[in-house]
Amino acid sequence: MSLSSADVQSIAHLARLSIEDQDIPEYARNLSDILNFVEQLGKVDTKGVDPMAHPLDMAQRLRVDEVSESDQRELFQSIAPATEAGLYLVPRVIE
Amino acid sequence: MYEKTLAELSAALRAGETSSVELTQTFLDRIERLNPDLNALITVTREQALADAKSADEMRAAGKAGPLTGIPLAHKDIFCTQGVRTSCGSRMLDNFIAPYNATVVEKLKAAGMVCVGKTNMDEFAMGSSNETSFYGPVRNPWDVQAVPGGSSGGSAAAVAARLVPVATGTDTGGSIRQPAALCGISGLKPTYGRVSRYGMIAFASSLDQGGPMGYSAEDLALMMNAMAGFDERDSTSVEREVPDYTADLGESLQGLKIGLPKEYFGEGLDSEVAKVVEAAVEEYRKLGAEVREISLPNTELAVPVYYVIAPAEASSNLSRYDGVRFGYRCENPVDLEDLYKRSRGEGFGPEVKRRIMVGTYALSAGYYDAYYLKAQQVRRMIRDDFTRALEEVDVIMGPTSPTVAFNLGERSDDPVQMYLSDVYTIAINLAGVPAMSIPAGFANGRPVGLQVIGNYFDEARLLNVGHQYQQVTDWHRRMPEQYA
Repeated sequence: MSLSSADVQSIAHLARLSIEDQDIPEYARNLSDILNFVEQLGKVDTKGVDPMAHPLDMAQRLRVDEVSESDQRELFQSIAPATEAGLYLVPRVIE
Repeated sequence: MYEKTLAELSAALRAGETSSVELTQTFLDRIERLNPDLNALITVTREQALADAKSADEMRAAGKAGPLTGIPLAHKDIFCTQGVRTSCGSRMLDNFIAPYNATVVEKLKAAGMVCVGKTNMDEFAMGSSNETSFYGPVRNPWDVQAVPGGSSGGSAAAVAARLVPVATGTDTGGSIRQPAALCGISGLKPTYGRVSRYGMIAFASSLDQGGPMGYSAEDLALMMNAMAGFDERDSTSVEREVPDYTADLGESLQGLKIGLPKEYFGEGLDSEVAKVVEAAVEEYRKLGAEVREISLPNTELAVPVYYVIAPAEASSNLSRYDGVRFGYRCENPVDLEDLYKRSRGEGFGPEVKRRIMVGTYALSAGYYDAYYLKAQQVRRMIRDDFTRALEEVDVIMGPTSPTVAFNLGERSDDPVQMYLSDVYTIAINLAGVPAMSIPAGFANGRPVGLQVIGNYFDEARLLNVGHQYQQVTDWHRRMPEQYA
């Protein structure tokens, strides 16, 4: 497995990460090394083995659907980069 | 006072030989004097600490003190602390003042502990050397040319240099045990789900677990009594009674069955480290333990499995950092996509970006079965190795790390080499069992850790095994000369 510069750009786009052009070759090399390293898993016979998602094989706990937290909008928005009238501001999406 | 264990400090406070204010002042002075070279703490909360110490002394005067009341500690900067910057070692959260406390922070505060600051760490806990921190590397108190390990390297170095008697850490692939080993202190990764993850910034949610770091196993037991327990705010928290972890510390080890996995003593293990570990095992024989060789056949698959599962979970967890609600935002975004991409591209360091990309790739259409599903299957095989072995023996022992602390910069150019320094610790997180590292001696002047692995929820036995060894050895008492 060897990733090209175009592969790195496409993965970075999927992950919404800007990457400097000059850094792309190094990422391509590092990521290829890591993927080559994990590729050894392909040789393992896992026929009939259930995938394990949780160390204790527990089921997700459910709770009653009722309000348990109080409204703390002002507190939480006090650390936001930009807000107005209780809303988070982002660049205009719809003209 | 600074050379005393938590248990001894607790006794001194009880006997009125010192006060929490006096102790807190002592440790704050050491931090002020010694931290600039070590970079172990990245935030010091002096005034709040002295105020909390005063409250702790008042609690004591009112007859309401417990064993932890008035003892200073530092939290890894991954635990949210209300009103105090919680950076996770990242530029992304450099401006993040947590609006609430993590459950662990809340519980230790309720027990009367005094937080003196937040410790440095690898960015988002991704690293084994503390070199990925936005705030610069931490130095190892035993040798400032050496790394302290990671990712809880700031906590380990702070305890080793006696800047605090105890600290919290988190362990996703070895991040409590490996720095504990490299800095010559004790550290426990509890069973997955034993300590609440609420308010602990998520890296890989099926692996992350918080735990204590300190001088001795007894200190870890005292901390666990306050840290462990069910939390309805953590959906993976386990509903199970918390024992008194100090109750069995004094039990004899006569007849204890110890398993040594042959895969942990093979190629890649430094021969000097091997000698130290073998000497520690010999000590256990003298304490009455029976030692036998066992096998964990899938050991070499643990690191590759981890480097699929952990990045996959990280890529999902770290998608919340988008420059909109909190954390870093780029200057003058031209549109929403530019806002996301540049905030994340500028806010995250190279190792975090690498792992997000590996995870994104492994989860992307067409690759999910080959990477993620396959890794989850092999994860079960690794877990079954431990389940089988722990039917035969009470605990498993081996080295925590294949080498002693390496030098700064030595492995930072080669991610895969860096990942392999966690070869003995990672499988434990995949299985979810508890494990501890305790100081067992030195190789080439740098500390060596002995890893003790136990069955699910058998932390009390691990701590007993650690404590008995520490009754007949003094490795946990050694201090780096410059900081003694």
